[in-house]
Amino acid sequence: MSGGVDSAVAAARAADAGHDVTGVHLALARNPQTYRSGARGCCTLEDARDARRAADVIGIPFYVWDMAERFHDDVVDDFVAEYAAGRTPNPCLRCNEKIKFAAVLDRAVALGFDAVVTGHHARLGADGLLRRSVDSAKDQSYVLAVLTRAQLDRSMFPLGDSTKAQVRAEAAARGLAVAEKPDSHDICFIADGDTRKFLAERLGEAPGDIVEARTGAVVGEHRGAYAYTVGQRKGLNIGVPAPDGRPRYVLSITPKTNTVTVGPLDDLAVSTVAGDRPVWTGGPRPDGPVECEVQLRAHGAVVPAVVTLDPGRAMHAELREPVRGVAAGQALVAYRPDPLRGDVVLGSATIR
Amino acid sequence: MAYLDHAATTPILDEALEAYVATAREVGNPSSLHAAGRCARRKVEEARERVAAALGARPSEVIFTGGGTESDNLAVKGIYWARKGAAGRRPPRVVASAVEHHAVLDAVEWLERHEGARVTWLPVDDGGRLRPADLADTLDDDVALVTAMWANNEVGTVQPVAELAALAAARGVPLHTDAVQAVGQVPVDFAASGAAALTLTAHKLGGPFGVGALLLGRDVECTPLLHGGGQERDVRSGTLDAPGIVGFGVAVEAAVKAQQEFAARVGALRDDLVARVREVVPDALYNGHDDDRLAGNAHFSFPGCEGDALLLLLDAQGIACSTGSACSAGVAQPSHVLLAMGADDDRARSSLRFTLGHTSTPADVDALVAALPPAVERARRAGMNKSGR
Repeated sequence: MSGGVDSAVAAARAADAGHDVTGVHLALARNPQTYRSGARGCCTLEDARDARRAADVIGIPFYVWDMAERFHDDVVDDFVAEYAAGRTPNPCLRCNEKIKFAAVLDRAVALGFDAVVTGHHARLGADGLLRRSVDSAKDQSYVLAVLTRAQLDRSMFPLGDSTKAQVRAEAAARGLAVAEKPDSHDICFIADGDTRKFLAERLGEAPGDIVEARTGAVVGEHRGAYAYTVGQRKGLNIGVPAPDGRPRYVLSITPKTNTVTVGPLDDLAVSTVAGDRPVWTGGPRPDGPVECEVQLRAHGAVVPAVVTLDPGRAMHAELREPVRGVAAGQALVAYRPDPLRGDVVLGSATIR
Repeated sequence: MAYLDHAATTPILDEALEAYVATAREVGNPSSLHAAGRCARRKVEEARERVAAALGARPSEVIFTGGGTESDNLAVKGIYWARKGAAGRRPPRVVASAVEHHAVLDAVEWLERHEGARVTWLPVDDGGRLRPADLADTLDDDVALVTAMWANNEVGTVQPVAELAALAAARGVPLHTDAVQAVGQVPVDFAASGAAALTLTAHKLGGPFGVGALLLGRDVECTPLLHGGGQERDVRSGTLDAPGIVGFGVAVEAAVKAQQEFAARVGALRDDLVARVREVVPDALYNGHDDDRLAGNAHFSFPGCEGDALLLLLDAQGIACSTGSACSAGVAQPSHVLLAMGADDDRARSSLRFTLGHTSTPADVDALVAALPPAVERARRAGMNKSGR
């Protein structure tokens, strides 16, 4: 229970359904002042109090679990290391994979609980398939797609059939004071939302070249390749105009040579994507190609594709139409369209 | 429900509740001059006399406060400030035991950070007991105040307060003692103890919440923390909580009167609890002092378990206990008391406090003994959260 409206309503629904529910708030900051403060987002003492008050109203026990060390090692350090390696991580996804549905779930199961209930907007029905929320704008199936079958089997997402507006209305009707609390958007452990500054403090300045892809010419200098994301256009500070006079984008980041490679928009387009560490939860592991749709970043567009799981433990996607700005470190998530009951998550992998 | 957390708060005594309610029904500010005020004042003064008589103090030495934390802060900061000038230019020193309650600990650390106070922390032995020789070694003319609790809130160790106070008095240094856990459990006599100031609170001994007292010797200078009316000897301001004070007076009198019987009955129950816990969880480690200990206190470490996890599991079985240590943002910190006693981090984190009180029965112990082994087994499976803060 983060102290937000979603987890509060999820807990209330689970309790109403007759489950023996205990509220758990995760203390994720080593020092509660390190991360967010005031009204912005999560991880604050105020959020812990909001969560406790919600648990009081629902009538369930409430505890704070200290996951600060695990969170720091598995999510924050991983976040920094991924950027240092030239990739663009998704920390919410990593937190689900390593903290909420791993460290928390393991502890809960050992203590005698059966499952972890969260306020994620996704559907997980009796068929065991993870599906998009009915609220497509709030759908969080992308950051849950990393969960394995074993993790899903011990998960409950009671909000998947409701829109965010319905959840807020229900919270108000239940007398939960968090009904009107604003959504959290940014990365919870970056207090001021300035990711570049956060990374600079941890990785230091590492000046290097910005190189034009087609000519190989050095067209500028950067202060740290980690500050760039594939597809980025703004803030490149290139003095020399491009040969064709058109804007340039980050095409790739090479940590080995500390180089940021830029080029025209067209060069950004890819039609094949490969991912490592695949999981497949949408059915038996497929032997051959699977016609499906893929999503390549959170809230990103969905494109038709053919996905193959190769024996070398990798996932490949042949995109039916090229996509621009595919960043290593994000998740490749395959969906089977199902307009009636919600698109089904087939599997996912981390983009290479 | 088996309530084994009397050191956190203990049920209000019927007679204290009745006295509270009867007073709360009547109008009258004890500071008012009219008949209603006089009536309230009379009840407050009777309560003052009761508290004084029960604890070997003079009525004029009883300063009613909002509870233990306020009394501790008033004594520590007030006496420090009052003696700051006297000790010369150099900021004076505070000598405090390493196992104080946070109400004292944090006040002392605040003086250190904000007032430049120098602090000497007195160590304890592995039973949590102070050695008077350590105090004698460190006492000097630059000490503004010694503060040493009468009995520890976590492990129940009773301190040699009279010996410590005599050493301090010989050097002209006032000693404050936090007796919040002690009153009603062991004999407490303010005059005989030689302490200059003594903290107690109502809700730990069968009185209502939000009221307590600082017993403050007539000749002990103390700078007020609250200004505005000077109701209590000009040391403490604020409208007197007549119903609370009346309930408090009744509770103190009753608790002190029943102390011997309490110590015998609850002590026997506690001994039974300890023996049976050791029987069902043979590797449980008993923390604290064997003899110099509050009758109601039992404190264990359960190797391989997180105290937090055990608390959750026992709570789910209707058993109320405590890890005994303070929380930071709701996250239990390894107890400074156990660490001061030489325990390692794991032993400190795996600890649980069971405290008995005036309503405790053998059935409470039975319930604990039945629920504990499966809880320990589960908590052990969940392991130690490798979060080492």
